Amino acid sequence: MASYILRRLVLAIPVLFGILFATFALARLIPGDPCRAMLGEKATKVVCDEFNHRHGLDRPILVQFGVYVGEIARGDFGNSFRYSKPITELLMERLPITFELSLAALLFSVVVGIPLGVIAAVRHNSWVDVLTMLWANVGVSMPVFWLGLMLAYIFSLTLKDTIFQLPPSGRLSAGVITIPFFEIWGWQLTEGTFSYTLADFISRMNIFNSLLSADWEVLKDAVTHLILPAFALSTIPMALIARMTRSAMLEVLGQDYIRTARAKGVIRRRVIMKHAFRNALLPLATVIGLSLGGLLGGAVLTETVFNLSGVGRILYDGITARDYGIVQGFTVVIAIFFVALNLIVDVSYAYLDPRIRLD
Amino acid sequence: MAAQTTPLKKLDSEALSLDSVSLWQITRRRLFRRKSSIVGMVILAILVFIAFTAQWLAPYSPTLSMLDEKEYPTEFAKKRLDPCIHAFGCASDKPQHLMGLDGNIRDEFSRMLYGARLSLMIGFSTVTFAIIIGTVLGALGGYFGGWIDNVIMRVMDVLLAFPSLLLAIAIVTVIGPGLINALLAIGIVSIPAYARVVRGSVLSVREMDYVSASRALGGNTYEILFKRILPNALTPLIVQGTLGIASAILDAAALSFLGLGAQPPTPEWGSMLGAERNQVFTAPHLVFYPGLAIMLTVLAFNLLGDGLRDALDPRLAHVS
Repeated sequence: MASYILRRLVLAIPVLFGILFATFALARLIPGDPCRAMLGEKATKVVCDEFNHRHGLDRPILVQFGVYVGEIARGDFGNSFRYSKPITELLMERLPITFELSLAALLFSVVVGIPLGVIAAVRHNSWVDVLTMLWANVGVSMPVFWLGLMLAYIFSLTLKDTIFQLPPSGRLSAGVITIPFFEIWGWQLTEGTFSYTLADFISRMNIFNSLLSADWEVLKDAVTHLILPAFALSTIPMALIARMTRSAMLEVLGQDYIRTARAKGVIRRRVIMKHAFRNALLPLATVIGLSLGGLLGGAVLTETVFNLSGVGRILYDGITARDYGIVQGFTVVIAIFFVALNLIVDVSYAYLDPRIRLD
Repeated sequence: MAAQTTPLKKLDSEALSLDSVSLWQITRRRLFRRKSSIVGMVILAILVFIAFTAQWLAPYSPTLSMLDEKEYPTEFAKKRLDPCIHAFGCASDKPQHLMGLDGNIRDEFSRMLYGARLSLMIGFSTVTFAIIIGTVLGALGGYFGGWIDNVIMRVMDVLLAFPSLLLAIAIVTVIGPGLINALLAIGIVSIPAYARVVRGSVLSVREMDYVSASRALGGNTYEILFKRILPNALTPLIVQGTLGIASAILDAAALSFLGLGAQPPTPEWGSMLGAERNQVFTAPHLVFYPGLAIMLTVLAFNLLGDGLRDALDPRLAHVS
C-alpha cells in the first residue's frame, strides 16, 4: 500500500509542475505588457522599467518561472490589485463559505442520490426506476445558474408567506450577527498562529459556528439561507451519484454470489445492503470524489446567483475587474486542490479494492 | 430465468441477420428501441429545424429594438413587457409577443429562435475543433509511443487537472471575452477526452495482425494510421462527441452568463439569461425561457449520446 501511495505521489509531481507552468504561461500571455495592464495605459517608460525590475519581469523567463514556483511553495499566491491583499489572506476569508456550501451540496447529493440509485436498481424498470433516470438525465442537463434563479423566484416570491418561504440570497438575514465561537468560549488566541487560523476558519462557517456557540436563532437563519444554493449546486452530482449507484448496483445484483446468497435463504434486505451495496460502493467513491471538483466550478455560478461571498464569487469579481492576480492565484489553488483530491480518490480506491494496488 | 432468456434471443436474432445488415443499421435499430433516445432525437430535430428556419419563423429581428421597428405602435414598446399571446386572451389590438419583450425592448421569442442556431453552432464547432486536435494528438501518442506519447499525455493530464469550467474561465480572462474566444477555451478544455479515447483505440489495435500485414505490404505510416487504425476509434468518438456537445453547450452558456462569452446584442441563451438575471422577480419570463431552452438542448444531446453508447456497445446496454 505504501509503495502504491508513493508511486501515485511521484506521478503527481509532473502534473503539479504542468499546472504551475500553465498558470504562469497564462499570466504571461495577457495581451499588452503587464506593467500597463496593472498601472494603467498612461504609465511612463521610467515607471514601467522600475515596475518590471521590482517584480522581476526583466529577468530571463526561466528564472521568473523558478521564482514563481518558489513563491507558491512558500504559500505565496501573489496579490490582488482590487483588494490590495495577499491572495492567501483572501482565500482564508472566503474559502470557509464555499467549503460550507459545497459540503451541504455534497450531503444533499449523497443522502438523496444513493438511496434513489439503490431503489431504482432493486426495482429495475419500475416507475421508481424510470422517474429516477428521468430526474438523473434532467439533472445533469440543468444549467446551475438557471435552476438557482428559478428556485429563488419560486421559494421567495411564489411561496411567500407560506412555511416554504426561503430567502433568495445572502448568508444571513439583515441584522443577524455572528460572534466567533472561540470568543464566546473565552479562548485567548493570537492572530497568525495555526490554532487561530483554524478556529477563525471554522467560525466563518455560520452553521458550524452557531452550532458550537449554541446560537439556535442564527443556526436556523443560516440553514434557511443555505438550502436553496446548496440544492441548486447539488443537482449535477446528485444525478451522477444516483446514476452511478444504480448501474453499479445492477451490475453487482447480476453476480452469481448474489444468487447464491438468495438461494441459501438470506433475507432480501440483507442481500441488498450487505452483499450488493458494499460492492457497489467502489465506483461510487470515484464519482463522489470527482464531483467535488465539479462543485468548485459550479460554486462560481451558484455564488454569483445567490450573492454569497465565497471563492467562486470573488473569482467572478476578479474576472469582471480584470484582476489577473485573483484569477491566476485562485486557479492554481483550485487545481492543486483538485489534484490532491484525485490522489485521495485513487488511494481510497486502492484501499477499498486490493486488485488495484497490486496491478 | 425468463428475464435472462429474452436478451439472449434478441442477440441471436441480431447475430443471424449480421451478414445482411451493417453496423449502422443495427445501431439505428437499437437506437429506435429506446424511448429516451427517441425523445432526444425529436428535441434535436425540432432544434435543427428552428435553427435553419429562424429567419422565417421569427416575427422580428433578434437585435432590433421595437422602437426602431417600422410600423410598430410605440405605445406598446415597453421594457420587459409580459408575454402577450392572442390565443390566450391578450387583447387583439396589442402586438403579439409570445415570450414578451426583453430589457432592450427586443422580441424575446425571435431572440430565442436565433439562439437555437447559435447554440448548435457552439456545440458542433467546439467539439469538431476538440475532436480534430484530440484525434491527431491521441493517434500520434498511441502509434509512436515513447517520449512523444509521454509528453502528449502529461499535457493532457495537466488540462484534466483543472475543473473544466474554471480552466475555460481562466483562458477567456486572459485572451479576452467574446464568443469566439469562449469557444476556443471550451474547445481546448475538451481536447483531453478525445485524445484519450483515440489513444486507447490505437493502442488496442496497433499490434494486431492486420496492421502488421498492412505494414508488411509496404503501407506507409499515414495510410496505416488513418485507414487501418483510426476507423476503430470512430464509434467511441461519436459517443464521446455527442456527450461532449452537451457539456460544451452548458459550459458556453455558463461563460456567457458570466459575461465572458457571447456579447450583447448577440442572441445567445446564456447571455440573454445573464443580462436579465437581476430582473428575475419582476420579469421571470426573461430568465425562464432561455434557461429552459439550454436545458432541453443539453438534455437532447445527453439522451442521444447515452442511446448511441448503448447501441454501439451492447455490453453496456443492461447497465445504463
